[in-house]
Amino acid sequence: MAAAWQKLVNFLGPDLTIIVVGLVGVLALVQVNALFLVWLERKVAAHIQLRIGPKEVGPFGILQTIVDGVKLVSKELITPRHVDRKLFMLAPIAIFLPVLVSFVVIPFSERLHIRDLNVGLLVIFAFSTFNVLAILMGGWASNNKYSLLGAVRSVAQNVAYEIPLLLSILSVLLWSNSLQMSVIVESQSNVWNVFWMPVAALIYLICATAETNRAPFDIPEAESELVAGFHTEYSGMRFALFFLAEYSNMLIVAAVATTLFFGGWKSPPFLGFLPVPGLIWFLLKTYILIFVVMWVRWTFPRLRFDQLMNFCWKIMIPLALFHLIVYAGIIKFIR
Amino acid sequence: MSLEDLREELSKVVDATDIFPRDYQKDGCVLEIRADADKIEAVAEATRDADFFLECITGLDFTNGPQVIYHFNAFSNLSRVLVRVQLARNQSLPTISSIYDAAIWYEREVFDLFGIHFDNHPDLRRILLPEDADFHPLLKDFGKVHAFRSTEEIYDEPDA
Amino acid sequence: MTNQMLEPITEQTYYLNMGPQHPSTHGVLRLFLKLDGEYIVEADPIIGYGHRGHEKMAESHLYEQFLPNSSRMDYLSGLLFNHGYVAAVEKMAGIEVPPRAEYIRVICAELNRISSHLLWFGTYIMDLGGFTPFLYCFDDRENILDILDHVSGSRLTYSYCRFGGVAKDLDDEFISATRQFIERLRSRWDDYHNLVTKNVIFIHRAKDVGVINRELALRFGCTGPILRGAGVAYDIRKAEPYSVYPELDFEIPTGTAGDALDRYMVRLQEMEQSLRIVEQALDRLPDGPIKAAVPHKVRPPKGDYYFAVESARGALGFYIVSDGTSYPYRLKARVPSYGNLQVLTDVLPGTLVADTISILGSIDIVVPEVDR
Repeated sequence: MAAAWQKLVNFLGPDLTIIVVGLVGVLALVQVNALFLVWLERKVAAHIQLRIGPKEVGPFGILQTIVDGVKLVSKELITPRHVDRKLFMLAPIAIFLPVLVSFVVIPFSERLHIRDLNVGLLVIFAFSTFNVLAILMGGWASNNKYSLLGAVRSVAQNVAYEIPLLLSILSVLLWSNSLQMSVIVESQSNVWNVFWMPVAALIYLICATAETNRAPFDIPEAESELVAGFHTEYSGMRFALFFLAEYSNMLIVAAVATTLFFGGWKSPPFLGFLPVPGLIWFLLKTYILIFVVMWVRWTFPRLRFDQLMNFCWKIMIPLALFHLIVYAGIIKFIR
Repeated sequence: MSLEDLREELSKVVDATDIFPRDYQKDGCVLEIRADADKIEAVAEATRDADFFLECITGLDFTNGPQVIYHFNAFSNLSRVLVRVQLARNQSLPTISSIYDAAIWYEREVFDLFGIHFDNHPDLRRILLPEDADFHPLLKDFGKVHAFRSTEEIYDEPDA
Repeated sequence: MTNQMLEPITEQTYYLNMGPQHPSTHGVLRLFLKLDGEYIVEADPIIGYGHRGHEKMAESHLYEQFLPNSSRMDYLSGLLFNHGYVAAVEKMAGIEVPPRAEYIRVICAELNRISSHLLWFGTYIMDLGGFTPFLYCFDDRENILDILDHVSGSRLTYSYCRFGGVAKDLDDEFISATRQFIERLRSRWDDYHNLVTKNVIFIHRAKDVGVINRELALRFGCTGPILRGAGVAYDIRKAEPYSVYPELDFEIPTGTAGDALDRYMVRLQEMEQSLRIVEQALDRLPDGPIKAAVPHKVRPPKGDYYFAVESARGALGFYIVSDGTSYPYRLKARVPSYGNLQVLTDVLPGTLVADTISILGSIDIVVPEVDR
């Protein structure tokens, strides 16, 4: 068994082995994460709404998602007659694959890092823009006015909110001097970025919520107005792919927030003596951020679309620009 | 404008003998007006100038022809006014939708259920029944009908 | 396609059908919209998908047999419709109702009004995207439904009123449950205000949206919270008093601007006023019979009669033409949502599609009563 493994490693070479193992691990992580997050969302929503949520299937209903997944897989893949077939089938794939790629550069701990690219952060943001393309494909191909409305709104929203998103992380990059994820984590050895750049962290979180189409920015899939927005016409596993992509996006965005602002896999300042591995700290911080995002979703109503765009262009972008200039000055002064 | 003023205005439009006071406690209206089909626009204008709103338009079917009933009311106490228009079979009457926008839908409903045509209505099509229905359900020759009477059997002649 | 909309379409505009199956139209309503991008150019509500022919049914049923029909027209204010219909026939036939029965009717009617407003509140915020108040409201509403179920036997479509009184008497369990409910709902107002009324996002969605001023309301015959939101203090309970409302002390809340936020505040305040009415009625509940003796088949004298009550959505009127037999010659239910819905043809053009939901929700229509 070990000999066979050794032969495989020799054949592939050390780099490639890490990549293959990493990708298998990432695939597993994405599925388990989606499983967990769907359950978490349902429980959080339920308790905020004074009810219990899933409780029958498995202890605390934890196997509910698996059963729901089986149901989704077993449904017929209906393709309506007048859709643009190629785009229709391509959209769910296009939305899911870039997400997998983004996982390659996330530093789960000091050594659990599939590939420490020196442009790691850029890779994540480059691949997250595929989101927009896939949503537009899905909305257009569905041949449905509601889907088109949802897709068009989503494109406008995503494109707009990327600007303050990138502006807010520029301040972090000014401090860390590098796009490499591990270097960014190292630059927070003295103090986490969130403590001395709280505004940037807030802007990032708001824009990240908008980028992943979560409430109060979930206009593209506004249930009450557009039935289900750009994924109205999708059923079965295709719908499940959209769903998986949304939850994996949430995880990536929260993981990036943890890396940039909350010290990544480092332990909090006063608890460094605890023998807790970096991975556990990372996951803990990430999932707390995801919990906050879910909490916001079930509390606030939705913004109207023009109010949302006004909020971005008239408030977020000037604020992010101003923040960048101020912190450029501060960092220059410190150095 | 008080009810007395309204009565004044209306008596310029219709004969004074066609305006009857009614007992609110018994009937729910304070004034009843009998008008001919061609006078209804003038009556509606008078009520609109008196700051009354259109509460309801109803149809009734009798052996001597259908009737259209208008209810007007004001934003003050006990001010309901009833206007009754007796029509002959297949007679049409002018619309008041240029005076009260509420009449657009009410007249559509009367047309839909009774087949009474309103001249110059901007959009006279069926509202409750499907567009391709070819019957008018509330007429007394359609469906299960218990009684078909004439106006004399129901209304006593009121004293003016 | 409507006659008005068969004009040539420019390339900018397109048609969108909202409904009849749509999560937010609250019933089978079809909004036929002509859109220019996201702005509405023309709006045409198409109704009739739920037309059941109640008025035709009334002509071949006894007055007693029509009683269940009345609460199925507007199932959310079933008791208010019951009350209106029964009181109309009683007035026609000259039947005296004992005071205890009047008080019981008022208590149940106001509880019904509160439950209708609670449901409106929950669904309105849910349409705007805030899913949580919906469940809080339904929690409170369950309380009311249980109380009314205890005395009338049904949770939603009651046939509780009878000619001459009510069907069953109140007992101590009802009275103590109602008093507990009043305390409980009063303690909830803070929750609702903190969660919704003070929420910046909600205020942005509701302020200056769908302004219906007095002149518009007069042209379209709107009544109820729409009219009161526009600043006109017109309430049938005060303008044409019936039952024991003259003896009870309550106010009519009004708004100023006539936008969705004003209508929202009017309805919330109306719920508090209804609680006041229920409290006073419980305190003053007299003893006595709950039903007068009436003949087996009521035969009102000949003539036509109109009776108006204030339903949860506005002024409800029953216009009954009687030919002296025990079957009505014509029964017309003047429902408030008919005029209220028509105002959309004037309010929607020029607004955004997203505002449609907010305006439609704030007008609070129930489509089955429009369709009858």
